Amino acid sequence: MRAVGIILAGGNSRKMQELTARRAVAAMPIAGSYRAIDFALSNMTNSHIQKVAVLTQYNARSLNEHLNSSKWWDFGRKQGGLFVFTPTITADNGYWYRGTADAIYQNLDFLRKCHEPYVIITSGDAVYKMDYNKVLEYHIAKKADITVVCKELAPGDDATRFGTIRMNEAARIEEFEEKPMVAHSQTVSTGIYVIRRRQLIDLVEHCAEEERHDFVTDILIRYKNLKKIYGYKINSYWSNISTVDAYYRTNMDFLRQDVRDYFFRELPSVFSKVSDQPPAKYNPGAVVKNSLVGSGSIINGTVENSVVFKKVFVGNNCVIKNSIILNDVYLGDNTYIENCIVESRDTIRANTRHVGENGVKIVVEKNERYAL
Amino acid sequence: MFKKEMIAMLLAGGQGSRLGVLTAKVAKPAVAFGGKYRIIDFPLSNCINSGIDTVGVLTQYQPLRLNTHIGIGIPWDLDRNVGGVSILPPYEKSSNSEWYTGTANAIYQNMNYMETYNPDYVLILSGDHIYKMDYEVMLDFHKANKADVTIAAMPVPMEEASRFGIVVADNDGKIKDFEEKPEKPSSNLASMGIYIFSWQVLKEALIQLKDQPNCDFGKHIIPYCHEKGDRLFAYEYNGYWKDVGTLSSYWEANMELIDIIPEFNLYEEFWKIYTNSANIPPQYIAEQGVVDRCIISNGSEIYGEVHSSVLGGSVMVGKGSVIRDSIIMQGVRIGENCVIDKAIIAEDTVIGDNVVIGIGSEVPNRTKPNIYSGGLATIGENSVIPAGVQIGKNTAISGVTTAEDYSDGVLSSGETLIKAGDRV
Repeated sequence: MRAVGIILAGGNSRKMQELTARRAVAAMPIAGSYRAIDFALSNMTNSHIQKVAVLTQYNARSLNEHLNSSKWWDFGRKQGGLFVFTPTITADNGYWYRGTADAIYQNLDFLRKCHEPYVIITSGDAVYKMDYNKVLEYHIAKKADITVVCKELAPGDDATRFGTIRMNEAARIEEFEEKPMVAHSQTVSTGIYVIRRRQLIDLVEHCAEEERHDFVTDILIRYKNLKKIYGYKINSYWSNISTVDAYYRTNMDFLRQDVRDYFFRELPSVFSKVSDQPPAKYNPGAVVKNSLVGSGSIINGTVENSVVFKKVFVGNNCVIKNSIILNDVYLGDNTYIENCIVESRDTIRANTRHVGENGVKIVVEKNERYAL
Repeated sequence: MFKKEMIAMLLAGGQGSRLGVLTAKVAKPAVAFGGKYRIIDFPLSNCINSGIDTVGVLTQYQPLRLNTHIGIGIPWDLDRNVGGVSILPPYEKSSNSEWYTGTANAIYQNMNYMETYNPDYVLILSGDHIYKMDYEVMLDFHKANKADVTIAAMPVPMEEASRFGIVVADNDGKIKDFEEKPEKPSSNLASMGIYIFSWQVLKEALIQLKDQPNCDFGKHIIPYCHEKGDRLFAYEYNGYWKDVGTLSSYWEANMELIDIIPEFNLYEEFWKIYTNSANIPPQYIAEQGVVDRCIISNGSEIYGEVHSSVLGGSVMVGKGSVIRDSIIMQGVRIGENCVIDKAIIAEDTVIGDNVVIGIGSEVPNRTKPNIYSGGLATIGENSVIPAGVQIGKNTAISGVTTAEDYSDGVLSSGETLIKAGDRV
């Protein structure tokens, strides 16, 4: 194989509010059945990349649990495999990952021991499908030092939470601003990079010597006039989930048939850890309209325009509208939920009312669960 | 030498011809059940939940689906360094090669497999029952009684007892007599076809009866052990147990899963049923969709109405279609404005628009009245039903059918339509 994969899944995002109090962004549940990192992992395996390192540090319990076996993504191989690297204290290092470049630097032995000539770096917090080999071929054809996959955001979308990019006609990146106050371009970096392995090792080592730690500001932006850094545009669906709003919208996107067809039916498939839940059950009184329902859920009430994850119990006369109910939530009878994200494993008592008045409300209730 | 206290031998070679077109291409244990499961998932899950990690699955009839389903046993955690699941088909020997001619004969032909694990006890299971049972408790019972053979048995209503193999036991469970489908049963304890043998007893009996034609546990091995004076005990089981050997009982057992609190509960955490499922995406219920008293598996998309039914994974129900009291298996696509009543539709079948299934009066099936009964319309896997046709009750359809196969666009009640060839 020509490339190894690195998934940067260490991040926390304060913009996710309470949702990342419990887990890394890469472990956020997506579209009723998945977690965010499944998309990057599935893209890796579908691109025949067999050796993948996941770099994680923030609140990794959920993520580690999800990655407890590599077989779901077909990584458990003699040649290759899935490696999960959390920071460790060693004789020469006593730090957490101080940035993305530092995270790679601290695991440089992994890269040194590989024989594959290229590295695909991606984040674990985006929902997309991609054949990395296409980017790799582009990278080789362009004789690039680094290729950055970028996405043209729709006019009006907020580009300031990304790295904004301007390219010349040859697609060489001329301007790169990280999270600018005012975006001069709607073209943003997706955080997917292709780079030659030796090149990456050199750059990261150099960075470390200068006590710099961030891949974007200290490598991409700093080197953009020295190295040949090219952009590769992705035209298919790509969505980063690292704000509450984006997370909510990404999930709701799956209520669209074209998005469902693209991710659920078209090959290659997106894989996830198999959860062994029984089929979803709809009892008399269930009214479900324009909604996704995960397996193992039992629905007794009304669900409209919502995404209900796995093993959710919806009691009698409940009404759920425009909401996301995460895994293993119990909703007591007569509950009314509108415009909310209900945190996983929550127990909502009967007759509770939660409405997101100005934007999406995150519901975290830690009641004792008596039923079930 | 390896040592396993108890290993399981799971008989999965039977055709299950009473399931009609459902088992035309797959063995009965591989038939879908309860939406996402297959029948064999229940004994396999019982094994792993009971701590049995060595299971031999004996296959013979149409094993492809079964083989791919079981694979190396990953879904049941039966991929083990020592033991795990092994598929045991009949094989050629240096002399005297034969098919499995009976349940005990199949076990006899795999003596070497069992010897490898040097077991103290062997559990014999069949792959066609729906139940949850802790075989470890049964083994404790076997040990406590110093039994040679323990037979799981469950009480059935006295008036139905004459349909079963009946064991007559004393208060301690010691078996005094057997009655095979007795006219006047003297007990209502029906054998469930689940046996624990002490290994030496089983081995001796299999060798003694190796020349018995069609050697069968119920007919030969158990009577042999009984006559010889072995200690036979009946282990009384009182939970849910369902033989799904006929289309009617198969349909009923599926329908029981949609009760508000089903007697057989798949939602319990402590005794999970595992299966090999490729369907990961959630299901989608559209704006105009109706889901009422049903279970639906992953990846299905419902644009029509589903009432009192069991749906497998990746099923598509088109706009305006109404499904009632039916079993729809994985991958079936149903067009728009269909009306489907009391049907069993097997995997990957395509139903055109405006098809009506389950109309007319209840006329017995003309060719196989004992199989296609109960008012069910049964459609085999990979079939095609053209748009606009009407199909009656007690019917069976299999293969790619076209409008010409239906005179006046109707297949009336009691008819059978079997066409060769698969959907391409």
